[in-house]
Amino acid sequence: MRQRVRSAWLFLAPMLLVLAAAAGWPLSRTVYFSFTDASLSDLDARQWVGFANYVSVLRMPSGRVIHDGLLLDPVWWSAVWNTVRFAVVSVTCETILGMVVALVLNAEFPGRGIVRAAILIPWAIPTIVSAKMWQWMLNDQFGIINVVLINLGLIDHKIAWTASADTAMAAVLIVDIWKTTPFMALLILAALQMLPREIIEVAKLDGANPWQIFWRVTLPLIRPAVMVAVIFRALDALRIFDLIYVLTPNNAHTKSMSVFARENLFEFDKFAYGSAASTLLFLILALLTILTIRIGRISLEGGR
Amino acid sequence: MKVFHALLALSVAAMLAAGSARAVELSIVSGDTGNGLKVLREILDRYEKASGDKVTIVAMPSSGTDQFGQYRLWLAAGNSDVDVYQTDVIWAPQLASQFVDLTQATRDVVAKHFPSIIQSQTVDGRLVALPIFTDAPALYYRKDLLDKYGAKVPATWKELGDTARLVMDKERAAGNRDIWGFVFQGNAYEGLTCDAFEWVVSNGGGHIVEPDGDISINNARAAAALDMAKAWIGTIAPPGVLAYQEEESRGVWQTGNAVFMRNWPYAYALGNSEGSPIKGKFDVAPLPAGTGEGARPAATLGGWNLAVSKYSKHPDAAIELVKFIASPAMQKYRTLRTANLPTIQALYDDADIAAQQPIIPQWKEVFLNAGPRPSAVTRNKYNEASSQFWNAVHKTLSGEGSAADNLADLEATLTRLKGKGW
Repeated sequence: MRQRVRSAWLFLAPMLLVLAAAAGWPLSRTVYFSFTDASLSDLDARQWVGFANYVSVLRMPSGRVIHDGLLLDPVWWSAVWNTVRFAVVSVTCETILGMVVALVLNAEFPGRGIVRAAILIPWAIPTIVSAKMWQWMLNDQFGIINVVLINLGLIDHKIAWTASADTAMAAVLIVDIWKTTPFMALLILAALQMLPREIIEVAKLDGANPWQIFWRVTLPLIRPAVMVAVIFRALDALRIFDLIYVLTPNNAHTKSMSVFARENLFEFDKFAYGSAASTLLFLILALLTILTIRIGRISLEGGR
Repeated sequence: MKVFHALLALSVAAMLAAGSARAVELSIVSGDTGNGLKVLREILDRYEKASGDKVTIVAMPSSGTDQFGQYRLWLAAGNSDVDVYQTDVIWAPQLASQFVDLTQATRDVVAKHFPSIIQSQTVDGRLVALPIFTDAPALYYRKDLLDKYGAKVPATWKELGDTARLVMDKERAAGNRDIWGFVFQGNAYEGLTCDAFEWVVSNGGGHIVEPDGDISINNARAAAALDMAKAWIGTIAPPGVLAYQEEESRGVWQTGNAVFMRNWPYAYALGNSEGSPIKGKFDVAPLPAGTGEGARPAATLGGWNLAVSKYSKHPDAAIELVKFIASPAMQKYRTLRTANLPTIQALYDDADIAAQQPIIPQWKEVFLNAGPRPSAVTRNKYNEASSQFWNAVHKTLSGEGSAADNLADLEATLTRLKGKGW
């Protein structure tokens, strides 16, 4: 037994080493910097300041007390809200659309192979490229989206998609859903193809209609796979950066947690503050992941 | 004889050493607009031929805000892959400690440049970057359209609003559906700070942060300037202007869909290039003044410089390269190709430049009167101060809160940012 444990550790060691070097070390550095007053102009001159980047209390000579810090920063909390809103809406839409696409692709029809390959194209394009492409398509004056909508008579004046507060988040969501639905569809399709055909045949023999088969048979069986896909996507969506950075940089209505962190880390002279934001981002992600896994497992067990 | 051989051997060795020292590979980062990168490549080709070095361009996005973040990161990491940085006029105080002091190396050439520009790149007595071109914005206007409707070139922002409205309405009535009155840089980024700085200064609303460190932005004149700009959105300026940087506004302008544009001189050469729909149909004027007491035309001083990274493995070769690109001959070449304003005083009297880029001699006065953004006084906190300012302006322009409220908030934020001092 001891022998087996030892060899297990031996086999795990390379992976643990790589993980510690590639994830553990940078992460602990970030957490450490968040407790200092580090500045990128001179990283070595940093000093330990405790929790001052998170919450600080400043007593003015006049007797007035000023509370400050990341936990009280409205810009940060608006970034958190933007990110969560983005994640919930995008993952929901992507899951539903991905499910529809997967069900269609799971059916037998001529040319299925080509359609399957074609549907993956948005996912295969690097995000920066697709974001730039959509930026031009969404341009208010010479973007094709406005031209098409006007010619169809759906809108009567050109919409400034990425500029206006009302449509900026919608624009980001449209691009993200366009890009990531294929990923969801692919994972769900893989789950669908693992389903034993017999179960569905039996359901049919019992007189269940396709609607009942989907809700009572197919969905419960692919649920674990869908849950994994949702967690993957949710984690991805919660650290959304590149799309927003290209499409609507500096727009307060779409500023995500990552965009906030980057801004403070590199643009402003607030490396420590940005590190604090990154640390909180990590904690929020960890918390939400644990929650999602918990909720997913409970409902799974309840289904059985 | 022996001595001769020894000398020969020595000189050959010296030549070899010199030869190997010369074959240096350098890289330069630049995120220029328009055809700037293409022209930089042409200049570098000449340098490669003259020196034997090889220079690669690392291309960056054209937004200065994006470039700065990346450069700061590279410099903080002590990156030796990049030898020369093309830097904005406002960056010198923030990045000074990471750049080589050029004072000694450029002793022979600095006197040819405008002293004010050299001064702007000197931090604590160190010259951290050598200027290659300067920038002062212009009001671009469509000569043909103003003539068609008998309108004058506006001297105040109010006249600009009226004229833009008039020409735009009549052109639209005549079937030109896509035309707008005025385009500028309204995206939330450093460019909006430049544009709004001009509105505020031209209306007598102060300089956001005064040279003595005083935060002056919360005043009625500044608020009036922002209210004026707010009234343009959706009337004479397309709503999308709130997402435009330089190139987006030039896109609308150069396709013939704007009567007026606020932009830097680079758009002059491009507008007159082969195949441009507005070639020969436009001209430039200084930006308009505000109205009321203390009103005057104002222009934000821009401009780009070359700095040598402290972490470069070949600082001497890099300095040679910087001096070459900033030299009078290359600045003249650049100006002829791009209409960038040279920083060499003598080039404003150059006959070739006057003939091919008539904007240049006209622009000497404008740029000499252009005002710097408060980057010198706010030092390391400039980026954050500027970002707070452009956010307040962007909010006002998008209709979130009144100018007066947003400026009052801005004053509070800036005061907190200032803390015990800038």
